[in-house]
Amino acid sequence: MTSIGTGYDLSASTYSPDGRIFQVEYATKAVENSGTAIGLKVKDGVVLAVEKLIHSKLSVPEANRRIQTIDRHIGLATAGLLADGRHIANRARDEASSYRDTYDAPSPLKNLAERLGLYTQAYTLYSSVRPFGISTILGAFDKEGPSLYVIEPSGVYFGYNGAAVGKGRQLAKTELEKLKLSELTTKEAVYEAARIIYLVHEDAKEKEFELEISWIGQETDNVHLPVPRELQQDAEAKAKAALETFE
Amino acid sequence: MSIAAQTDSCPRQPIVTGTSVLALKYKDGVMMAADNLASYGSLARFKDIQRLHPVGKYTVIGAGGDMSDFQYIQKFLEQLIIEEFTSQDGHDLGPAQIHEYLSQVMYSRRSKINPLWNSLLVGGFKDGKSFLSYVDLLGTTYSATTLATGFGAYLAQPILRKEVEGRENELTEEEAIRIMESCMKVLYYRDARSLDKYQLAVITADGVKISESRHLSTTWSFAEGIRGYGAQTQ
Repeated sequence: MTSIGTGYDLSASTYSPDGRIFQVEYATKAVENSGTAIGLKVKDGVVLAVEKLIHSKLSVPEANRRIQTIDRHIGLATAGLLADGRHIANRARDEASSYRDTYDAPSPLKNLAERLGLYTQAYTLYSSVRPFGISTILGAFDKEGPSLYVIEPSGVYFGYNGAAVGKGRQLAKTELEKLKLSELTTKEAVYEAARIIYLVHEDAKEKEFELEISWIGQETDNVHLPVPRELQQDAEAKAKAALETFE
Repeated sequence: MSIAAQTDSCPRQPIVTGTSVLALKYKDGVMMAADNLASYGSLARFKDIQRLHPVGKYTVIGAGGDMSDFQYIQKFLEQLIIEEFTSQDGHDLGPAQIHEYLSQVMYSRRSKINPLWNSLLVGGFKDGKSFLSYVDLLGTTYSATTLATGFGAYLAQPILRKEVEGRENELTEEEAIRIMESCMKVLYYRDARSLDKYQLAVITADGVKISESRHLSTTWSFAEGIRGYGAQTQ
């Protein structure tokens, strides 16, 4: 890395001469080392899925969840440093709760994404802090219908129909592009999400992983919930079967 | 003295108020009743106010006293339920927890000499068990198989006790509705801050159901026979 030793990467408050902020780029690297997280915005809802790599066989199943709930109607999936993901989720809960206090209504995701984008960006301005080592996928069903946003470590955020962050994002994006997202139901999207996560895991086959899937939409009365166990098991079985026939 | 300290020691009073709330335990769970009136002093100001409020999946709270304080309580309980939901830890709050939480809020507010001016009934059904308890602006709590707040404590409580006590495991929903209706009728005849429009809440294993507004039919023909006060002469 050409940035090392130049002295321009010691602080998030210093530009390099060609206008880059190396600390933010390093934070992006932290995201790239993490298991993939994807989000699908479909006809009647949103599906989030995460490839959670298991670092120890001794860890408790379903511990250290990377999909978290922000408000009844908002879910959040992260790729990157686990603790940073928890911090951003707590901040998101505070923002969503504050919106409710002020307006007596659930926060639109657009509003929450803006607040979290602003918050994330503030951590790229000072030498006393480090940027967040996470990319965050936000999914919700609000008064506008289903919506999906991604926030990067730099603080930029965009709305998407399909999103992928973390190690396998390239392959995941290619697969997402093949889908007719706007025509899928949330249930169909659960199967696609499971398939994509299993597919991108092929590159890190030696590591064990756990699949996390959640959904928000008509099926759940617009509440963010983990998908039912039977559905997830069925989706995983079909995903494994699809791997055999892939390519 | 600071302005805050002055306001804290100001005498307080409820402004827009609701009257009695009734509740009883029956075979399938808990039933609660409250009329739809919010009074402004002696003026019957709002006649479409719901004083029974669901909290989470297993609980209903019913409120008498200051209606704006009740709305504030509804708001912070909603935030509490969301906070619990977002933790996704496989637990959720039942009526006993909500009652305990409320009692601590009510007691801490009265200790700041700034009470939330309500008497509340908390009823619910979770894990096969009925729950029914009271808490008020002083933080006082108690439980019984029948409870009534406000004027209901004087006018309806004796009827409820007579009809329900010892029969909690036999009473059907239909009988419970009949008992509630007769109590609400007594209250409407005798409590000048009450209304003949009320709602029923039932909390059972099936969850929380709050009825549409129900109407009480009453007769007033005896009124012209009353002597001794009012407009009539002997």
